[in-house]
Amino acid sequence: MDLVRNFPFLTIVFSLTCGVFCAILRPKAAKNLCLVWLALTFAMSLSVLVYTLRLDGSFVYRMGKWDAPWGNEIRVGPLEALMATAFSAVMILSLLGGMRHIFSDCEEGKVNLYFTMAALLVSSLFALIYTNDLFTAYVFVEINTIASCALVMLKSSGRTLVATTRYLIMSLLGSGLFLLGIVILYGITGELLMESIAGKVREIFATGEYSLPLTVVIGFFSVGLAVKSALFPFHSWLPDAHGSATASSSAILSGLVLKGYIIVLIKVFYRVFGLQIIMAERVSNFLFLFGILAMICGSVGALRERDIKRMLAYSSVAQVGYIYVGIGMHSEAGMVAACVQILAHCVTKPMLFCAAGGFMDVSGGKKTMADIKGAGRRDRVGGAAFTVGALSMVGIPFFAGFVTKLTLTQAAVGSDNVRMIIALAAVAISTLLNALYYIPVIFNIFSKPADGEAHASRPRADYAFAMCAFMVLNVGFGVFSQQIVDAVRRGLELFGM
Amino acid sequence: MPELLKNLFTNYYETAAVVLFGIGFTTLLMHRNLLKKIIGLNFMDSGLYLFLAAKGYIAGRLAPIITNGDTDPEKYINPIPTGLVLTGIVVSVSVTAFLLALTCRLYDKFHTLDIDEITYLARKERD
Repeated sequence: MDLVRNFPFLTIVFSLTCGVFCAILRPKAAKNLCLVWLALTFAMSLSVLVYTLRLDGSFVYRMGKWDAPWGNEIRVGPLEALMATAFSAVMILSLLGGMRHIFSDCEEGKVNLYFTMAALLVSSLFALIYTNDLFTAYVFVEINTIASCALVMLKSSGRTLVATTRYLIMSLLGSGLFLLGIVILYGITGELLMESIAGKVREIFATGEYSLPLTVVIGFFSVGLAVKSALFPFHSWLPDAHGSATASSSAILSGLVLKGYIIVLIKVFYRVFGLQIIMAERVSNFLFLFGILAMICGSVGALRERDIKRMLAYSSVAQVGYIYVGIGMHSEAGMVAACVQILAHCVTKPMLFCAAGGFMDVSGGKKTMADIKGAGRRDRVGGAAFTVGALSMVGIPFFAGFVTKLTLTQAAVGSDNVRMIIALAAVAISTLLNALYYIPVIFNIFSKPADGEAHASRPRADYAFAMCAFMVLNVGFGVFSQQIVDAVRRGLELFGM
Repeated sequence: MPELLKNLFTNYYETAAVVLFGIGFTTLLMHRNLLKKIIGLNFMDSGLYLFLAAKGYIAGRLAPIITNGDTDPEKYINPIPTGLVLTGIVVSVSVTAFLLALTCRLYDKFHTLDIDEITYLARKERD
């Protein structure tokens, strides 16, 4: 057996261990340990990606070498490896991009706990990406919830505490529904491994028995995970949580945590039920509809915000809508668009949040539009990154956001007439709205501030590095879009097998 | 309709479990008092565990603990749901602890447990 096959498991387990060590180290040491481990994780995930692409297939890793009905499995294919690689890279850059804020926002002597939570979050995200067992997915969903709530509440103002409480309550409602889905499905099939459930579900579906329970189960999974990933109309907790947290937390929550739950949902659709049954059950029609509403309402919400971080948070609601529209498209092409959007948004939004953190730095810690006027002149690298990110969100060619819009419209054209018209119209309106709120911000940050000419301050090395790396990632995503889309498509084909 | 009622009565464990889940869910979602929300969360989780435990029970069999060297699987109930319940309890204990800690901090800061009032006060704090 190749050594590479152990890497996914090692990344999950050692991230947990790394979190434990961070809890007892001094802040500086914890930071270094966390970053070194994340870099190693990135290298491992990249080698897994290369390995699976060469193999052109997926492999199953059995925990403790127990076979299927007893053992727990993780399953790795190109899509999973691609997500893991992107997530670990974005995680490192988000931490670097907001490092100053982590140390200044956190209570004295508790900074190391931030890195504990970050390591736990990585571990749970990787487990969600790789796991082949539904109950394991539930356990890691909960770990993910706790870690992400802890990341929000780190800045202990009253407002953050309230945002965390609301976030936690909504998340718990979501995981309750998700667990109920798993329990009923276990009651029907008696299995927990995804492949075994898929076999039984197909048999049961063919006989026509249990059709109502199956629909209900799909509904529980969809609603539960939609609440956790802030699909419209369950998004009310998101702007508060993402808007009031420290820069790195907002970046990580928006870029990675929301995506983790969506990956679980895609897994459930593909690997547990199979696309055929999902199409027959028509539950995804609702996901499509709510996705469309999220695209519009999220953008309208962002348009009304005067606080830059809350604006970015509302934009995340709209972007999550794009993912759900892809999922609800009822086709392979739609799923490809959803996965591409997951990746594109995870290389764009963290950059915007970190840049917004940089603007707050040079504007005396304030974050309304009026306060950050001219911030792009004082913080040049942040200004450049924000411009790249904003153009990507609007959907200018050669940036990541364009690839999404392209694949999504292609998927829409291949779909049935009603869906095509609705989806195309929504993409058009949403693009227009995106431009309406992102372009003025670009003008705002580069215009002259009221109190005369401000001189550029020298950016911190880690911040500048993170911003440049994000820009390279974003443009690279746009330029090599064809390869990425092909890899995602192939990965999805292997995903369903 | 009688068919449905009969099914509900035969599977009374599951019916009770889902009713419990519903009570907990609505309490967690709707109640304004944070402590009652936490109680609702525990109701919800207990309902789920009852459902799982009821699914794993086979009438007339023993708990899957071997004491007299008898390894015949026909004598014992299905141990997997019981294991899942234990894992689930661990998870729900930890989220309950987290939520209680959060509630303590909120109470220290705002001297109330009413989530609407706390939200209102927190908004005012910033402006």
